Amino acid sequence: MVETILFVLAALAALAGAVTVVLARNPIYSAVGLLGTLFSVAILYVVQLAHLVAAVQVIVYAGAVMTLFLFVIMLIGVDKEENREETLPRQRFWVGSVAGVIVLFAAGVALFGDFAWVPAAGDPVDQEMTNGTVQAIAEPLFTDWVLAFEATALLLTIAAAGAIVLAQFRRKRV
Amino acid sequence: MVPVGWYMALAAALFLIGALGMLLRRNALVMFMCIELMLNAVNLTLISAGRALNDLNGQVAVFFILVVAAAEVVVGLAIIVAIFRRRATASVDELSELRG
Repeated sequence: MVETILFVLAALAALAGAVTVVLARNPIYSAVGLLGTLFSVAILYVVQLAHLVAAVQVIVYAGAVMTLFLFVIMLIGVDKEENREETLPRQRFWVGSVAGVIVLFAAGVALFGDFAWVPAAGDPVDQEMTNGTVQAIAEPLFTDWVLAFEATALLLTIAAAGAIVLAQFRRKRV
Repeated sequence: MVPVGWYMALAAALFLIGALGMLLRRNALVMFMCIELMLNAVNLTLISAGRALNDLNGQVAVFFILVVAAAEVVVGLAIIVAIFRRRATASVDELSELRG
């Protein structure tokens, strides 16, 4: 019952935030809408007992990434109006078709989604739910996935170095 | 307990909104936010599927996606700032030349 209420509230907030991202004319409003969506999705993670991932979502996404977004919005200015006239012929038609197909798919999943989820071997589904605590996540992370974990460390270093190279000020070469 | 199908439907809706924003908007920053929206929708499906299958590996996968997304945001925003410095625009329509 609690899960249902939380799901409905968080889902509505997430959808409202997502629509704001797309429709807002000012990028600041888009960023705030995205922030709302990220928090709502974090709530949905907590509802599904993914505690660590929810915390990381709030700290990394809502904290670090959105701050970066807001900084860049301030840096490049928010006062420019976006050009909204059509440049591709029949763009709206194709966008509408793709959207319709995905909406039908989503409705089908929701209504007829009586999944035959196959649980991992020897793991009956009706036992207590997997609890995503720090300890529970750390065990597969540092055993089965340790190589991928080290690779992401390398990736982050490369990304930070790349960002510094891209962002450093250069005199205009002619 | 909310059926997993509802989480999947919500994730599909979020992904759809993100994809529509990607197609409809011209501001590079807003398009970037739409990418984040789609990434979050996929993360939600992974968490929900992991719960339905009673498997922690879904959450581990989301953990990795978060890290890669953070790296992607850093590089992407640096590129947008670099382009803005040179061309004084963030609209993808005005960036039709490959040369700087």
